[in-house]
Amino acid sequence: MTRSAMTKAPPPMSLLAELTHRCPLQCPYCSNPLRLDPRAGELDTATWMRVLDEAAAMGVLQVHFSGGEPMARPDLADLVRHAVSLGLYTNLITSGVLLNRDSLKVLSDAGLDHIQLSFQDADAQEGERIGGMAGAQAKKLEAARLIVEDGLPLTLNFVIHRQNAERVPAMLDLAEQLGARRVEIAHTQYYGWGLLNRDALLPDRAQLEATEQAVAAARTRFGNRLAIDFVTPDYYAERPKPCMGGWGQRFLNISPSGKVLPCHAAESIPGLTFPSVTEESLEAIWQDSPLFNLYRGTDWMPQPCQSCAFKEDDWGGCRCQALALAGQADATDPVCHRAPAHDRIAQAIAERPATPPAFRYRRYSNTV
Amino acid sequence: MTAATLLAETCVPRFARGTRLQYDRVREQWFVQAPERAFLADAVAAEILQLVNGKRSLAKIIDQLAEKFSAPRDVIAQDVLSMTQELADKQVLLLA
Repeated sequence: MTRSAMTKAPPPMSLLAELTHRCPLQCPYCSNPLRLDPRAGELDTATWMRVLDEAAAMGVLQVHFSGGEPMARPDLADLVRHAVSLGLYTNLITSGVLLNRDSLKVLSDAGLDHIQLSFQDADAQEGERIGGMAGAQAKKLEAARLIVEDGLPLTLNFVIHRQNAERVPAMLDLAEQLGARRVEIAHTQYYGWGLLNRDALLPDRAQLEATEQAVAAARTRFGNRLAIDFVTPDYYAERPKPCMGGWGQRFLNISPSGKVLPCHAAESIPGLTFPSVTEESLEAIWQDSPLFNLYRGTDWMPQPCQSCAFKEDDWGGCRCQALALAGQADATDPVCHRAPAHDRIAQAIAERPATPPAFRYRRYSNTV
Repeated sequence: MTAATLLAETCVPRFARGTRLQYDRVREQWFVQAPERAFLADAVAAEILQLVNGKRSLAKIIDQLAEKFSAPRDVIAQDVLSMTQELADKQVLLLA
């Protein structure tokens, strides 16, 4: 069913600008698609500037510069400066390994509002094994020190899985020691690279509960000094997450080559046409493209979603997860205990090997 | 314990770096911009936060709003002190 021409979608709140898929790290749970965009196809500076103009005019409030490693783009500070001039809130999502005193100063002077710095572990050796980059931890620690010294608000981000879950208490301690204002303890989401590496990453229930307890204890200890965002692994949840706050409701993702997506994993859904900022305006794509209207609202929903009281809370969960586990992007997210395919979740947990297999690292050469 | 017992009117609030009040012309609403989220500022919050400049004390802010809205000072003070405390707890405002 198509949306009535009379009703307009609400304007998007935030834009994730994936400036490049190039990255010195190769984390096996990377949120980038399995088919990475090559450097030659990346949007140029002028196009990104125009995209930022259009985003601000539409009502986007926050822009998240991400990648890959966004600091691999020499025009990052110019894009930040332009976004700031448009009144956009600017956030940099970085691994920190390319950050030094000079590159930070340029970004800070450009008006950058906030930095989210990723760590793969609190333990240096393990972190460098998981991220696949020797020497990364020292660079990250130095990056955190420089950011705090500059006065920019810092969020540390840790992605949690079976091979680092036991060190969540040490991660929280590290966030406190480094002077972060926020810390994200985010269990891995299983699409793309994460799904490919699921057996190497999926924790057991006891590990999950230990991480929940560590977070609860730290919240008591930190009070308001340090905010903790905890993202649960949805395989152990009763109800699905409201993925992206609903398809085409709040969020836009632009890939390095300019494809506009309702979520960063949407390219995993086959048979779809992905509109590009090189061909259409962001406003036209958001309002009128078949892609953004495909799963927008509730008309598309199957049962049991259609008659569910929570359908505008969780929006049927995640389309990419429905595709990956139930074989259909328009199925109820199998995470939901009422979903016909809910047994796939129990099966994935039951078939999890006792010893984690080797990582399949996120590399251009490992692209499938 | 109420916020009024915690905060002195001599405090001078200011926005922490990385947070600000912003008027959104598309939605015609005020938002507080903060790391990783923008939250809606209701009409009362927007009036108060427009007076936060890192120089005005809470007492001054209360006086100005009481005059602007011809409202009893103690009613305005209650709103200003409780909201300031709440936003300080969220690391949006710093108090000096």
